[in-house]
Amino acid sequence: MRFLVKAEVSLKRGHFDPEGDVASKSLRDLGFSVGTVRVSKAYTIEVDARDPTEAKALAEEMCRKLLANPTKDDFMVEVLVIEGRTA
Amino acid sequence: MMDLRKAKACILRVGGTNCDAEVKAALEDLGLRSDILHMDWLEKGKLSEYQLLVFPGGFSYGDYVRAGAVWGKKVLTKMRRDLERFVEEGRLVMGICNGFQVLVEAGMLPGDEGAFSPTPKAVLANNSSARYECRWVFLRGEGSHTPFARRAGKGEILRVPIGHGEGRFLAESDKAVQDLIRSNRVVFRYAKPSGEPAEGTYPFNPNGSVYDIAAICNRAGNVMGMMPHPERAFFGWQTIGYGNSQGYGDGRKIFEGIVDHIRSL
Repeated sequence: MRFLVKAEVSLKRGHFDPEGDVASKSLRDLGFSVGTVRVSKAYTIEVDARDPTEAKALAEEMCRKLLANPTKDDFMVEVLVIEGRTA
Repeated sequence: MMDLRKAKACILRVGGTNCDAEVKAALEDLGLRSDILHMDWLEKGKLSEYQLLVFPGGFSYGDYVRAGAVWGKKVLTKMRRDLERFVEEGRLVMGICNGFQVLVEAGMLPGDEGAFSPTPKAVLANNSSARYECRWVFLRGEGSHTPFARRAGKGEILRVPIGHGEGRFLAESDKAVQDLIRSNRVVFRYAKPSGEPAEGTYPFNPNGSVYDIAAICNRAGNVMGMMPHPERAFFGWQTIGYGNSQGYGDGRKIFEGIVDHIRSL
């Protein structure tokens, strides 16, 4: 079966996020009342698997092998779509 | 003693690499013949013809995913076995800028667990300035045992340019940083013009690297990665008045170390 999986890679808590900092300052310049802004990267991945559990496990393996660097990143995986239907 | 005329360097190229020609010009000025090879042209076993392998700078694969990540993983799938043997035989591997990021992403640096660690044990994160930093910096030799520092020993000050957006070296823990220091694997630190370490102060430390780390090597010293570009400070005419415009720039010392080492084999 084909699944659509979302893998979100974000900086670990407490890790300095220069890009988020710049975004936060810029939003404040525009008059928004914002605190900390953190930037993360989301990948939506079409993956073939037997079931949602396997699809999730495969996406987690992709994060460990390429999409995230364990020194600075955390990741979160979510199955969005199963064979064209929302999960 | 090795006859330098029999030795050869391989400078790898993929989409988005740069300064491969400058590295070749630097090495050949010192008498070391160099091939620039696209990674796809590096046939199985060919690596054994070389004494030095260079991963040059640039923006390999568009720096997508993370700087150096895609090339780093491709190295693992395409040339892992040959490269493992190359490193275990004590041959030299050098990563410059994006090449340093590649060595970290491939798990070759810091190099605690053989030629490759199963996952990256460090990262070159976004500069703390949130900017691409492109200018000259001062480096301070830390007296590392690596052949790359043979001509740039403890306290030696080098002026070399940088050009990166992701150069903030972070190890997986404070303990890992202490281990790098204790095992003499910090090769260069960013410094103030006086030669004192930058102590994290901007602009001397251009990216916020922990312990002002600009270059590290593996335990054996034969794999070295550095964010600054020594090949852009090799000839005097590249140094825009900082060096001797008729002679050579400070970056030459790193290449001299390589050639000295190969000659001594």
